[in-house]
Amino acid sequence: MHPILKLVAQRLALSTLLLLAASVLIFAGTTILPGDVAQNILGQSATPESLANLRKELGLDQSATARYFNWLGGVLQGDLGTALTNGRDIADSLGGRLKNTLFLAFSAAVVAVPLAIFLGLLAVRYRERWPDKLISAVTLASISVPEFLIGYVLMFYIGVQLGWAPTVSTIYDSMSLGEKLSAIVLPVTVLTMVVLAHMMRMTRAAILNVMQSAYIETAELKGLTGFQVIARHAFPNAIAPVVNVVMLNLAYLVVGVVVVEVVFVYPGMGQYLVDHVAKRDVPVVQACGLIFAAVYIGLNMVADIVSILANPRLRHPK
Amino acid sequence: MSDTLLKVKDLKIGAKIYPPGEKPKDIEIVHGVSFELEKGKVLGLIGESGAGKSTIGLASMAYGRGGVEITGGEVWVNGREILHTNLRDLRRLRGMEVTYVSQSAAASFNPAKKIMEQVVEASLHAGKFSKKAAEARARELFAKLGLPDPDNIGERYPHQVSGGQLQRCMTALALCPEPDLVVFDEPTTALDVTTQIDVLMAIKEAIRDTGVAALYITHDLAVVAQVSDEIMVLKMGDMVEYGTTDQIINHPQEEYTRDLVSVRSTQHDGKPPTDNPVLRVENVTARYKGTNFDVLHNVVMDLHPGQTLAVVGESGSGKSTTARVITGLLPPRDGNIVFDGRELSPDLEGRTREDLRELQMIYQMADVAMNPRQTVGTIIGRPLEFYFGMRGAEKRKRIIELLDEIELGVEFMDRYPAELSGGQKQRVCIARALAAKPKVIICDEVTSALDPLVADGILKLLENLQKIEDVAYLFITHDLATVKAIADSIAVMYQGKVVRYGTKAEVLSPPFDDYTDLLLSSVPEMRLGWLEEVIENRKMESAGN
Amino acid sequence: MMRIPPAALIGLFFTGLYFFGAVFAQWIAPYSMTEIVGDVWEPSSAKHWLGTDNIGRDLLSRMIYGGQTTIFIATAATILSFTTGSILGFTAAVVGGWIDQALSRFVDLIMSIPTLIFALVVLSVMPVTLFMLIMVMGLLDSTRVYRLARAVAVDINVMDFVEAAKLRGEGNRWIIFREILPNALSPLVAEMGLRFIFAVLFVSTLSFLGLGVQPPNADWGGIVKENKDGIVYGIPAALVPAIAIATLAISVNLVADWVLNRTTSLKGGRG
Repeated sequence: MHPILKLVAQRLALSTLLLLAASVLIFAGTTILPGDVAQNILGQSATPESLANLRKELGLDQSATARYFNWLGGVLQGDLGTALTNGRDIADSLGGRLKNTLFLAFSAAVVAVPLAIFLGLLAVRYRERWPDKLISAVTLASISVPEFLIGYVLMFYIGVQLGWAPTVSTIYDSMSLGEKLSAIVLPVTVLTMVVLAHMMRMTRAAILNVMQSAYIETAELKGLTGFQVIARHAFPNAIAPVVNVVMLNLAYLVVGVVVVEVVFVYPGMGQYLVDHVAKRDVPVVQACGLIFAAVYIGLNMVADIVSILANPRLRHPK
Repeated sequence: MSDTLLKVKDLKIGAKIYPPGEKPKDIEIVHGVSFELEKGKVLGLIGESGAGKSTIGLASMAYGRGGVEITGGEVWVNGREILHTNLRDLRRLRGMEVTYVSQSAAASFNPAKKIMEQVVEASLHAGKFSKKAAEARARELFAKLGLPDPDNIGERYPHQVSGGQLQRCMTALALCPEPDLVVFDEPTTALDVTTQIDVLMAIKEAIRDTGVAALYITHDLAVVAQVSDEIMVLKMGDMVEYGTTDQIINHPQEEYTRDLVSVRSTQHDGKPPTDNPVLRVENVTARYKGTNFDVLHNVVMDLHPGQTLAVVGESGSGKSTTARVITGLLPPRDGNIVFDGRELSPDLEGRTREDLRELQMIYQMADVAMNPRQTVGTIIGRPLEFYFGMRGAEKRKRIIELLDEIELGVEFMDRYPAELSGGQKQRVCIARALAAKPKVIICDEVTSALDPLVADGILKLLENLQKIEDVAYLFITHDLATVKAIADSIAVMYQGKVVRYGTKAEVLSPPFDDYTDLLLSSVPEMRLGWLEEVIENRKMESAGN
Repeated sequence: MMRIPPAALIGLFFTGLYFFGAVFAQWIAPYSMTEIVGDVWEPSSAKHWLGTDNIGRDLLSRMIYGGQTTIFIATAATILSFTTGSILGFTAAVVGGWIDQALSRFVDLIMSIPTLIFALVVLSVMPVTLFMLIMVMGLLDSTRVYRLARAVAVDINVMDFVEAAKLRGEGNRWIIFREILPNALSPLVAEMGLRFIFAVLFVSTLSFLGLGVQPPNADWGGIVKENKDGIVYGIPAALVPAIAIATLAISVNLVADWVLNRTTSLKGGRG
């Protein structure tokens, strides 16, 4: 077998294993921790009967291992269980929300990725000059600012004072794509700003690293023009680190989405998760946690695989 | 003169340095250097690190590396001044008229592209050859440079060929566009000595056959003596001496040049072995954890009290691994280490403090062998404290004694390693080893990272200290000149085996085994015509076979 | 004595100011935390410098007490994550073997789940108390510190001067505290600043989501949550704590940057 295929297969197997371990962790986090889960959920004023009922509903009369495998078996068949709070099927409620969240994250990525790469290149091109310094100052500021601050500042000035965009991003299935897009202008802007700084800084570092290689000097000493050096010699070697950067930041986006959804009351998975954590609805929290972890692990895996595929030493073994 | 290809006049070069905690400073690193080079001739630029030789080489392409900037003077190539020319003409000059071969071909080839693509790129870019013609020329050069399978080697990626081969590919890359001048920047420095001679021969023949002129930059006078018509000696950005190769090698005028020429020509008279070796390596076989092949096979050698055993070999020969086994860092699979008549525990944990004290070690890179956050006083004082329980005034007195022995003053006590020069660092490491009053010191390539004159000073110091302290050295090196200068007995290692072992006189006298012969005949000698002799001899031998 | 650059001075000033406010909150705050002293969302006035909040409490007083809570939690969590992470990281690097393997794989696993998501999962079943918040934040964050400490220590551990110490016969204690730690200090100190900022942002985010500090107590994140409904009516009260969080984070960042530059450029600094 080609060593690349072997490595990729290894990554896939490893990620599957990691996801499985993460599912154990998520399950354990909600069940094996000290204290009576039912008591915690219902609070001190709960009657003995309601406690007993809840315990039964959660399956607390069974062993933890048995409950885990029941849960995992269900998940593998697409059955995420039912919500404690309203008794509805979790998979049904999640479906539309997952779609909304992905729509929001995807829209943000479409704006942020090209912009970040462009600005990263700009910072490299004008290294140590004012565009680079400005970019690094903005980066410093943006990693110090919570997402919800950016959210409310935009909402206050652009949404309320200027009235250019809706302050609440409610979307329905019946809306047209254009209507949906105009509804999510503000959250997309916030998410873009949140990941942009990281992505830009990491892109800058990745490209600089390539530009400082000796083979770039060789290319310059061959008399190639600046553009030819970048296109022929820097670019092929920079793809892998840049794709890696993008993937890692998309993973970061997945988390940013939770807060932004709450700020803009957007009907996605993040808001659904936060609501149900407050209501201590354990099955919903487990399901959401697992899906977020799966997306996160998946994106990290893609980043790994891209680096493997782009490495000439692995692609053309001795 | 119409034959002048390159004329450099009063060249001044500056650089920006970033001293820690201060504002960036502009300093001058080349202070007005002038020379001329005729068509088809080779000029050697020689000097120690910091001499500015690479910087001058790159300036002949009007190129400054990093923060380096050409601040004054003129550079003329083929009758045109190039420092003030426009970028378009400069690019044409770089691709077609002057080309460059760097020290590390491995880093200078783009890992993502095939070798052929990179070798012909400059010619195609300038439109000098068609793709077909350029590739034909490249294959011809591959053959001329003695590369295996010259018709297909271009289809490989850089990581798929060896270091010595890649260095020859880089030479092909530089010669492909038929330039007038090639700048060779330490092209053989990173190579093993037996590989170096192959590349050197290939470069020499290629220069002769193509009639190209060259600037040959190196720190090794013996190497440059083989390839150049003229030599310029540089020191700290100034010209020291400039003349024909014969003048410089055989009749040097300046003291600095004389030092460079006579470096390591000192010979040490080997002492006869005693009855009781202080260190015996008995049949050691070893492998690294997690691998399934032995890196050492039945290694045997003895070191006698107060003597020097040189362990010599190229990279991968197992010489440093032998040191790791002796120190207990790598327990052997088989065999013993016997020290002063007692068998040592195979691993570090099992050794007593006394075992550790009597066997000290000095490293190649003095920079990383000292904790950068400790002062010289702490570094030398710790073994005194640790092994002898010395404190306060007693310790201080002994530190000063040791500093005196390594020819440094008491004022060095409070300095940090970063404030010392390369040679001073290595001296402090020697003092640290001596502080333990050891019977044996393992010296692992202790002079390889140093400039020749500094290295010479360290060797002389070690020699003196051996007499005073009566300590034995196990001296690991790849450099046969060093071996001749210091050894009493020699072990030659190749691929994890000791292929030749005995007193210095025995090992260095014929008849030789094949490897030792190859090794000995590959070490450049400081005389004209040496390389031609070796080429002749080897041709005759292969014809005879 | 080295000159302090202006950026670091600004950072030091604001960091100092916030910490001063946090320590002496009880003496500085003009009103009590919970007392209703005016109308809903009064604009700023001589009586109430920052106006009043969503139920008429003095916003400045709540900000000062809230800062105390935020800074206390973040500091405690940082100390916890730092001690746990760096001790385990150094141990893993120096001892190696199965201890290193087990710890590193476990940390990989924890880090495969986004921190916020993991915290939400755990907090969904735990009683939300100050102690719990600090534990969850500190332990989750210690995985990041572990990674850094281990990486730095592994780098130093393979240096010749550490080998020289081992060959001399020095014990693990000398090697960790005298050889490795002094060289690992500057990246770790800079990281400590970043971890503190992260803790501030994290606890604020949790409280903003309603899963951190519980009413009637509030930290800055909680104050944002209480006043966020005002935004749509054009009342900027929610922006006040949000800006406090941002300025605290930026000033600590400036200080951390300066410390990193200073320690690496000390005499005998590496490189």
